[in-house]
This record gives sequence, structure tokens and C-alpha cells, in this order.
Amino acid sequence: MNAAHLIRMANRIGDFFVAMPDREQAVRDVADHIARTWEPRMTRDLRAHVAAHGDADLSAIVREALVRLPP
Amino acid sequence: MSLLPEPDFGTPAADADGASPPLTLAIDGIEVVVPAGTSLMRAAALAGVAIPKLCATDCLQAVGACRLCLVEIDGRKGTPASCTTPAEAGMRVRTQSPRLTELRRNVMELTLSDHPLDCLTCAANGACELQDMAAAVGLREVRYGLAGAHHLADPRDDSNPYFGYDPAKCIVCFRCVRACDEQQGSFALTATGRGFATRIAAGTGGSFMDSDCVSCGACVAACPTATLIEKTARATGSAERAIATTCAYCGVGCGFLVEVDGPPDTPTIVRMTPSKQGQANRGHACVKGRFAWGYATHQDRVVRPMIRARITDPWREVSWDEALRHAAGEFRRIQREHGRDAVGAIVSSRCTNEEDYLVQKLVRAAFGNNNVDTCARVCHSPTGYGLGQTLGTSAGTQTFASVDKADVIVVIGANPGEAHPVFASRLKRRVRAGARLIVIDPRAIDLVDSPHVRADVHLQPRPGTNVAVLTALAHVIVTEGLLDEAFVAERCERQSFADWHNFVARPENSPEALQAASGVPAARVRAAARLYATADNAAIYYGLGVTEHAQGSTAVMAIANLAMATGNLGREGVGVNPLRGQNNVQGSCDMGSFPHELPGYRHVSDAATRTAFERAWGVDLLPTPGLRIPNMFDAALDGSFLGLYCQGEDPAQSDPDTRHVQAALAAMECVVVQDLFLNETARFAHVFLPGSSFLEKDGTFTNAERRISRVRRVMAPLAGMADWQVTLALAEALGYPMQYRHPSDIMDEIARLTPTFAGVSYEKLDRMGSLQWPCNDAAPAGTPTMHVGGFSSRPGGKGRFMIAQYVPSDEQTTSRHPLLLTTGRVLSQYNVGAQTRRTANVRFHAEDLLEIHPHDAEQRGIADGDWVGLESRAGATALRAEVTARVQPGVVYTTFHFPESGANIVTTDSSDWATNCPEYKVTAVQVRRLARPPARAGGAP
Ligand code: SF4
Ligand code: SF4
Ligand code: SF4
Ligand code: FES
Repeated sequence: MNAAHLIRMANRIGDFFVAMPDREQAVRDVADHIARTWEPRMTRDLRAHVAAHGDADLSAIVREALVRLPP
Repeated sequence: MSLLPEPDFGTPAADADGASPPLTLAIDGIEVVVPAGTSLMRAAALAGVAIPKLCATDCLQAVGACRLCLVEIDGRKGTPASCTTPAEAGMRVRTQSPRLTELRRNVMELTLSDHPLDCLTCAANGACELQDMAAAVGLREVRYGLAGAHHLADPRDDSNPYFGYDPAKCIVCFRCVRACDEQQGSFALTATGRGFATRIAAGTGGSFMDSDCVSCGACVAACPTATLIEKTARATGSAERAIATTCAYCGVGCGFLVEVDGPPDTPTIVRMTPSKQGQANRGHACVKGRFAWGYATHQDRVVRPMIRARITDPWREVSWDEALRHAAGEFRRIQREHGRDAVGAIVSSRCTNEEDYLVQKLVRAAFGNNNVDTCARVCHSPTGYGLGQTLGTSAGTQTFASVDKADVIVVIGANPGEAHPVFASRLKRRVRAGARLIVIDPRAIDLVDSPHVRADVHLQPRPGTNVAVLTALAHVIVTEGLLDEAFVAERCERQSFADWHNFVARPENSPEALQAASGVPAARVRAAARLYATADNAAIYYGLGVTEHAQGSTAVMAIANLAMATGNLGREGVGVNPLRGQNNVQGSCDMGSFPHELPGYRHVSDAATRTAFERAWGVDLLPTPGLRIPNMFDAALDGSFLGLYCQGEDPAQSDPDTRHVQAALAAMECVVVQDLFLNETARFAHVFLPGSSFLEKDGTFTNAERRISRVRRVMAPLAGMADWQVTLALAEALGYPMQYRHPSDIMDEIARLTPTFAGVSYEKLDRMGSLQWPCNDAAPAGTPTMHVGGFSSRPGGKGRFMIAQYVPSDEQTTSRHPLLLTTGRVLSQYNVGAQTRRTANVRFHAEDLLEIHPHDAEQRGIADGDWVGLESRAGATALRAEVTARVQPGVVYTTFHFPESGANIVTTDSSDWATNCPEYKVTAVQVRRLARPPARAGGAP
């Protein structure tokens, strides 16, 4: 799926949770939000994009969250 | 006057304050107990005694003008008017005596001396209060004759498309004037002249169409004669019977009586009148529901199924059987070739709960995935998310009636006067009675300054900066000591409150610091915060101007934060109230139409819930979320989503970035559209299944108050099958038969499987009129006010504060696109206009206009009425300009009711971070004057 859309959506989710005081919890919340609202092919395609092109377009919190997402 | 009147008690129910005890009196010897403040007329009606009356009716305050309702009271002199005399304990009242008969006869005789005696040919014959009263007072002849001065030659005003005004029949009872003032709040009618010369005039004496009249019909309903009467009733005469149902337009959910004549399957509709029993509207309505129902039998209705192999082929009419087999075959083929998840469905918030439930069941059980979404995605999905996160329940907290108890009312990102007119009338009534009003909106909507209603504070944020304003309001509340500490301590989570408190108290969240972003003067934000936080009861009402933003969900949470911080939850007069756009937005969300939630907002990963549905449906369910509407379109363009069942929705017109949506639809291999008309999406469809209007089916709608109301079949489906039957037939063709004989069976299943609906049944709905969920063993009669005593769906019953940090939208002005476009609605049109454009409502609003501030217009050489080009990074379109200071400099505004102007050609793919609800309210654009009208407005640049 359109990688630019997926990156933008993920970063927007990160923008919300990055304001939370507990960083550890905020990273978990980003991962949890994606797991609970994204259809699996969206996560799969975002991962594939990162594998192929790196994660420079993702914000720091999203990068951390992506690692925690269940496969 | 209604042809099939509901009982009229003459004067409104007394506002029982609970302080004064009920009182007992006797009417014609019959003892009756009434609340303090009840009129004698109403007390008599409650005792079963009808006192003759003309100027009184129970939806209006009494004025005592006609003197027909005189009574005698033991121990008192004179004959007071019963409509304006309050009942007192121990009174003994007589409604009949020779003296009263004589007095009443005189009154009637005088009245009839200036009234045409053409009852037998009058459209109101048999349903005229004047005629009834003449009979009631035993008047057989009029002594004065018609030789004296009269108004019988006064010209008729038929300018309004829906009702006529024949002043010759007017008895000057002022019911119409009072209805317009009190009920509707438009103050469009006046009484001119004095004494015998008194006449009723629209505006300052021109026609109804030229006045401030908004065609709500309240005056028509109030008129006791045929002076003000619906044109359909004038043409058809009286109705035989009436069927109670619910309006299918907006989220107010007004109760109506459909008055009909003729055979049960193919009746003639005489008119639709608002029902006094309607618990959302109490006898009031607006121009859409009241009059704009003609689309249901419009010649454009498609009533035969059609198929075609390619979207460039002509349509071919086929049997239901062939169309359904073809659709099912295509869906199964796509799944075989491209995988189970390559198909899905979009359901409409215009459909009934039962239809929405069936479609999500079809997707989950027959398609075997979770790819179902509702058009609520593009309007109120942030409400579901934001209120669920904070208050624990994805719904508004109050009834509409709650506004009567509010002292301060905040309206943010909503324009109820246009989009929720019946609620707006109620809100305005409350403001006229003294409540204070805060409006937060980039535009000067009519609530900011309308007859007898003026906002105390109007905050005009730049589009896209609601969160900045809401956080600044919170800053003032926290730093100026305006918190309701007791409420917070008892009802909210300690940690999340502390985090939120620390966050909003930071200097960068002060109104002064955020002024640069929002454009709202800090002093005004402070004034608004103080007003809101210090009220005894303060209520927030919001609409799509909050949700349809990149930070829509954040703004909803920020609103919930404000209400918790000030203790404005859990009783009447307060709360957080989303005003839902379409009739069944609440219901479609409740019914599990979201791809991540089963009915009752339970996540698909919740094993216990899944198991309950798996047992009932006999299938395995997926624990992972499905595609949301914008994801479906993206997946279509990359070739992994190729089949769509689209019920009652028109994404090709209603969804943002039209070019992208159309490309996605064109990329699919099987698009099935089920609709009343060949809409824009049908241009990309391979199968067309005729839909049925709300008049053709049974079901329920759930309005913005969580109120479940019945929709009742008035006529047989024009295409032979109601929508729910079509979905059943499609499921059967897919090899997953579902067994329901009637929509009530579907509701029974919903109740069995959804705890918040456990106590809902058609039998109970018929008995109680309507029910507000949660309705279950704990609340068998439903729940008018949520969160009384605790947030029961939250862990520990505690409300959760969420940090709402302002993040600027990606949609920012640039030198290429220096203006911000925001979008909205007008009163007479509805959504993509498929229904209202097919009625005489086009007389009120025939095209979408672009509102532009005089300053921006002048810079561009644009004059009022000029054609202008509107261009964004997504596309370009053309429409005509309206130069107005309603919008602020730098902001332009339009509506999206007409496909020709195609407002969504320019809206972009920017969307809410949490739900993907599109950011319709913020698009960076440029506007240019066009030398000549476009060949066809709209289309790609
Ligand atoms: S239709 Fe409504 S707005 Fe128009 S005059 Fe009558 S009451 Fe007033
Ligand atoms: S138009 Fe009807 S309601 Fe109005 S004053 Fe005349 S009779 Fe009464
Ligand atoms: S206010 Fe809404 S529900 Fe009521 S009549 Fe108008 S459109 Fe229908
Ligand atoms: S009904 Fe009481 S004065 Fe007219």
C-alpha cells in the first residue's frame, strides 16, 4: 500500500503519544494503537518499506514502536 | 392543524420544579390532581373535559386572545379565560353554563363573520378547529352575515413551495406568530395593524419566500384553520390514517406522523407532520424532514437490478436473482484469485440499525474478514475514539432536553441552525431564557447573532487549530483555580489528571502563547474559560468542525477533559454532546460497522466477545482489524482490494480527494452499489441493487442522544425488496443464509449479543416510544443521562484525562495556496444532496457557493456572484462566489451538496491521526476569478 500514506499516518500517531510524560508507556501506546486499528497488510507493507528503504522517514517514537509490534 | 390530531391539552405541561406539591381541584365535579402551575384548560383536559378554544394549543404559551375558553369558578366573579388562569388547590370550576354558552357563541359568531363559509369545499374540511368549535358551541347560523367589512378578498401567498397562506381564512389567533417565535425562534411573522384591521404578515409584509422564514412548518402545524396549509394537503384533502416513524435526515431523529390515503402498499402521502410524541422533537421539525420527502417517489429512482461487465458498458436490467448471483459469484471469484481479504463493504449511516448489523455480519461471517466500515468514518469516528478513551463510552452523554437546564452553552465546530435545526430551536429558546452562549467557529454562524440570540463570546480560530484553543481554555481553568476539585478527586484517575494538569499548566499552553497559532485573542479565551468553568451547569455541543481534522480525536478528548475538569458530567444541563450529521451515525457505529469493532464497541481481539458471535453465527471470526474506507481505496490502488459492496453510500462524491477515490473505484473488479439513485459511485459500479427509502421498510434509527426510534413501513418497497431483504439475499447467494422474518428478529439478535442493547425489543419500543441505550437489566427503561455517579465502562469507574497537545495540520497555506478552505452545510440541503436536490428544496439553495471575505475578494477582483476557480494540491473546481464577512480574511468556505461543484475534488487525503477521519475542514487553496462560467463546473484540473 502507498508507503507515503502509511508513513504519514504512523508519524501522526506518534505525534499524539509523544506528548505523554512516560516515554516507555507512550511507545507501547503507539504500538498498541497501530495493532488495534491497522489491518495487517498495512503494518506488513510499512515494515517492508522500512526493510527496503530504511526508517529515516519515521519519527523516533514510531521507529521504537514498530519494533514492538507483534509480527 | 393536523388532519389526525394528537391530543391537545391546550397549554404546555407545567415545569414541575419539585418544590411545590401537586394540587387537587374539581372541573365540572371531576376531581383532578395536577402539578403546580398547570392552567385550568390543561387541568380540564387531564380530567377528560374539553374546553372550547381557538388561540391556545399545548405547544405554545397561552395568550388569552380569543376569549372562547371562558369558565366560571365558584366564589369568583367574572368568566376568566381558562388557558391563562392557573389552577389552584380546592378550586371548583364549571366549563358549561347558559351564560358561558352565550358568551362563546358570540365570540364564534364574530369570528365567523370574517371567515368564508365554504367549509364543504375547504381542504381542511373535517379537520378544522374553527369548524369543530362552531359545532362545540352549538352555532348554527351567523347573524352578522358577510355584508360588513371583511378580508375575504385578501390575496393568497403561494410563494413557498410547500405551504400556502390564504389570509381570507385567517381568524387572527396568533398561533402562527407564536409558533415561529417560541418554537422555531425565527421571528419571521408579525401581526400588522390593530383591532379588526390586524393581519398576519411574513417579514415586513412581503411574501413568505422573501422573508426570514426557514420553512420549518411550525406555523402551519399551529394554524387551527386552512389559512396556513400544506400544498399537498390542499390538493389531496384529508388523510385516512397516519403511521408513526422517524425522520431519515439528520441526527436529531424527529418523530413524524406520515398521513396517508389509499391502499396499504401504494398509498398517497398527504403530508408528514411532526409528532408531539416524538421524544427528540416534541412536535417540531425542519424543512427537510417536514417537507422534503418527495424524493422517495422521484422518477430518478432505479427500481430494477442492473449489471454490466465493465464500467464503460451500458447497464443491463436483470432479475434480482441474476444480479445477486452475479455479485456473489464475482466476490467469490475475487477471493479465490486474490485472497479472502480482497473484498469488503461500506455501510451507510443513513440505513437502519438492522441493515447496518446485517452488512457487518455478512462481511464478517460470509466474506470471512473484517473489511467493513461506515461513512461515520468520515464524520464522527473521532467521537467514538475520543469519548471511548476518556469517558469510556463512545456516545454523547445527554438528552436534547438537557439543554433546557444548561446555564452556559458552548457550541464548537457545529452549526445547528443549518445542520440540526430542531435542536437549534431548543438551544435558542434556552438562550432567550437567559443561558449564556460561547461559540467557537471560524465562521460567524447564525447563533453568533440571530434574532434575540447573541453569543456572549465568539472565538474564531483559524481552521485546524481547535486543539490550541481547547488546550488554552484548559490552561486558564487550571491556572486560575477554576477546577472542580471534588469531582476530579472522586470521579477521575489520579495519575492521568496529574499528568494532564502539569501539561496544560505549562506557559506554552497559555492563551497568550497559543494566540499566534489560533489567531484567537487571549483575553477572549480567558473570558470564555471563566464563563464555562464558573457556570452551575455548562454543556458542550460539537460537530464535524471538531472531528473532521487531523487532530479530530485529540480535540474530542480535549473537550472531554474540560467537562471532567469542571465537573460538568453526570447530570442534566451539562455534558459532552456530539451533534451527529446523519440520522443513524450513532447507530451504525453501535452496530459494529467499524472494521476493528464488533457490535457494542468491542474490539475484534476480545476473545470472549468473538466467541459469543462465533457461536451465534456458526463461523470463526478474525481477531485482527479490517480496512477502513481510506485504506480500502489505497489497497484498491495497489491491487489487493478488488471487490466492494457499498450500501447507501456515495464515496465518489462524499469522500475527500475525489480523483483518488475515483481512481480507486475504477481499479476494482466488482463494485456493488445499493442505492435509491444512480449516484456518483454507481458510475464505477458493476452491479446496481435498488435500495428502499425509509418509507418502504421497518427498522430503527439511533439519534445523537443514543435514542433508538422506530422506522415504520408506509408503503411497499418500490423495487419489491427492502434493503435488509437484499442483504439477506446476497448472503444467501454467497452461501451463508441468515434466517430473519422481520427486522424485529434482527433486533432480537442484536439484543442477545450486545449488553448495552440487552433490553431493547420492538415490543418495548412500541410501548415506550423510544429507548436510549444502555438499555438492559440495570436500566430497563434506558439511560437518558450517562455517567451518573461514575464512568461505568472505565476501569474503576474513573474518567481518564488525555494530554491533548496541539500539532499543526499538514495542510498549511503556501504562496501557491494562500487561503484555507473549510466546508459545511446549509439547512435545506442534506449531505451529497441525492435526496434534497430531488425536491423543491432547490428553491432555497440551488448551488454550492464559495464564501470569501470582502478583503480577499477585492484582492482578487472578485465580485459577489462571479465564477471563481478553486484549486488545492488535490484538484480544482469552479463555483460562484458569495462575498461575505461571515468568514474571516484568509478563510473561504463552501458546502458539498452538489456534484457539479465537487467540493471534494479539492479536499485532500489529510486525516485524523487516530481514526483516518478526513480533514474536510482544512484545505489550503487558491481562488481566482474566472472570466466566464466553466463548461461543466467540476472535474480534474
Ligand atoms: S414556516 Fe417556520 S420559519 Fe416560516 S414562518 Fe412558519 S414558523 Fe416561521
Ligand atoms: S394564519 Fe392561522 S394561526 Fe395564524 S393567525 Fe391566522 S388563523 Fe391563526
Ligand atoms: S431536524 Fe433533522 S431529524 Fe428533525 S426534521 Fe429536520 S432533518 Fe429531520
Ligand atoms: S383559548 Fe383561551 S383565550 Fe383563546
